[in-house]
Amino acid sequence: MTDTELDTELAPATEPERIRIRTLDPDDATAVGGSALASLALTWLIYGRLVPLTGGLGFWVCWYIIFVTAVWAVTRQLSDAIHARDQLARVIIWSGGMAVIAPLLLVVGYTISRGYHALRPSFFVEDQRYVGALSKSTEGGGAHAIIGTLQQVGLALVISVPLGVMSAVYLSEVKGRLARPLRTATDAMSAVPSIVAGLFIYAIWILSFGQSQTGFAGSLALSVLFLPTVTRTSEVVLRLVPGGLREASLALGGGDWRTTSRVVLPTARSGLATAVILGMARVIGETAPLILTIGGAFVVNANPFSGKQDSLPYFVFRLVRFPQESQIDRAWTGALVLLMLVLVLFVIARIIGGRGPDHIGRLRRRRLKKEGLA
Amino acid sequence: MTITIEPDVEIVEERIDIQVRRSTADRVYRAAATAAGATTFVLMGLIGTFLLVRGTGAFRKSGFSFFTEFAWQPDLGGKFGVGAVLPYTIAIALVALTIAVPVSILAALFITEYAPRRARRILTSIVDLLAAVPSLIYGLWGLFSLQPRLVKLSKWMADHLGFIPIFRVRAEGPKTLSLFPSSTFIAGIIVSLMLIPICTAVMREVFGQAPTNEKEGALALGGTRWGVIRDVILPFGRGGIIGGAMLSLGRALGETIAVTLIISPVFTPKLDILSQGSNSIAALIALKFSESNELGISALMAAGLTLFVITLLINSMASFIVSKSRSGEATEI
Repeated sequence: MTDTELDTELAPATEPERIRIRTLDPDDATAVGGSALASLALTWLIYGRLVPLTGGLGFWVCWYIIFVTAVWAVTRQLSDAIHARDQLARVIIWSGGMAVIAPLLLVVGYTISRGYHALRPSFFVEDQRYVGALSKSTEGGGAHAIIGTLQQVGLALVISVPLGVMSAVYLSEVKGRLARPLRTATDAMSAVPSIVAGLFIYAIWILSFGQSQTGFAGSLALSVLFLPTVTRTSEVVLRLVPGGLREASLALGGGDWRTTSRVVLPTARSGLATAVILGMARVIGETAPLILTIGGAFVVNANPFSGKQDSLPYFVFRLVRFPQESQIDRAWTGALVLLMLVLVLFVIARIIGGRGPDHIGRLRRRRLKKEGLA
Repeated sequence: MTITIEPDVEIVEERIDIQVRRSTADRVYRAAATAAGATTFVLMGLIGTFLLVRGTGAFRKSGFSFFTEFAWQPDLGGKFGVGAVLPYTIAIALVALTIAVPVSILAALFITEYAPRRARRILTSIVDLLAAVPSLIYGLWGLFSLQPRLVKLSKWMADHLGFIPIFRVRAEGPKTLSLFPSSTFIAGIIVSLMLIPICTAVMREVFGQAPTNEKEGALALGGTRWGVIRDVILPFGRGGIIGGAMLSLGRALGETIAVTLIISPVFTPKLDILSQGSNSIAALIALKFSESNELGISALMAAGLTLFVITLLINSMASFIVSKSRSGEATEI
């Protein structure tokens, strides 16, 4: 939630009625709608009849250019140049907004359409043990990859969430001398290329410490990427905690530690959970650092500390480069499962994030009731 | 140790220092938080050090020619360097930026200025979700769904815009569609899809902080909404636009999987971006890693260090620019 949203929610209810300046002018609406239709007709005429051109993409590009020009010309005729420029800007900016939504629908839709027909419940329980080059795409499954991914991301979580939240506490509560350089370093680290994180773990853990490729090495690489993300987002969340709460706690004689552990962190709890889950959604799809660190496997290896492991993104990345159709189908099924995992995490994050800091969960409500507080 | 209380009134420059005696728990807590904060520095140092240590072998063998040599044959005892790979990396990033930055500016303006209040939240969520879609999936989609369509666009551009050097494709015989897949251009477009959410998020945040009274002032003087955008929001958000673009540049240079899936690696430099074959440092590492011997790995470490240093510099600069613009320094009169 951004500051501005918070402000408007906290604003008093007695706010005078808003003056609406954004109502749609019927003239403008007609101009835009008419231009859209007219340019469609004109494009069809030019594109299909007068000039021998083909191709869907070209048609729509052509239509868009004529449409934008038409909107400008019509408004120019109806009123003045200033209004025409305003309309032009409105149409172009609207299409920019739409251009951002379109890829999401296309990517999700395409992944579902390619992935669903080889998706069977067996995908979640079987591995690639008995799968050969000629097996059908519905045979075998990705259980080994799913287990690997969950373990690697889980371990990365265990390593980097405490570190990240404590770093955020340092930035927003302790505010020591390192705070400013740390913020810069975190910003810089949060964009370290993921392949470099993998290369680093390969250099230090495998080449220098003589360890072998394991799931744990993968989770170390993921932690390198996860730590700055958690630090940054947690800091933003902690900054939203009202200063008055801290001052009240300090005034009551609570020390720094008490203030942080009993006031600041509980207040920011839902925000922190959102930050962590959103970070997880990003890390779970990371492929590059795992190529170098986990080794890859075709059978279940439930021990992340020994032996090579697989992970869902790496599974997809490997299979998609096989020439066989069945392997590619299997890769798409893996991609679909991965996308679903990301979507589920995202929705969970939104649900938790939607709750205010005063939200009391069922468990806490019961405990409070027992203590006679609620 | 002291805690400082900042008075609300800004004119008072002096800070009131309060001496406090901390309990053991407080001291442990502060030490732990400081230690956690320090891990980021340690990590940054370790990454640089270990890549340098492991890459020294390669640097020593190739010398400065590491940055000018085109070929990559460390395993055969041949020459190697990033002379061709680095320009390709930058070219892919520039193609991606050329598309992502204008679209992100429009999208950010749409979210902050045009979208209905209710839609604003949903749109922000969608942008966040787009940023969370794994780059692997963008890469797959690009490879299977987008590339077959984009090669037609590439061919059209080569046919009609060939007078521009970067679009000039030389071919023996007639140009066919098979000349155009796996190019810098297509990889750049796929990467741009990944940049748009990051870039939009940064710009949206900065545009959202444009001073309301200046916006209202412009409207009250009879300005149109476009007038407000042009004269208040864009000047105010210039830092955000530059910072967001640079942040995206850092991401684009380091993007691995999508580029690896799309390109077919080449080690000879060429001027045009449309014809088949491209490369990037990250893709080089991902592709060559499994087939490299000791010197090969060392050379990859050196390449990784190059990438790390470049992205670190770009990102530090970007976050500096964004943070400067956020404090409103750009609009002070």
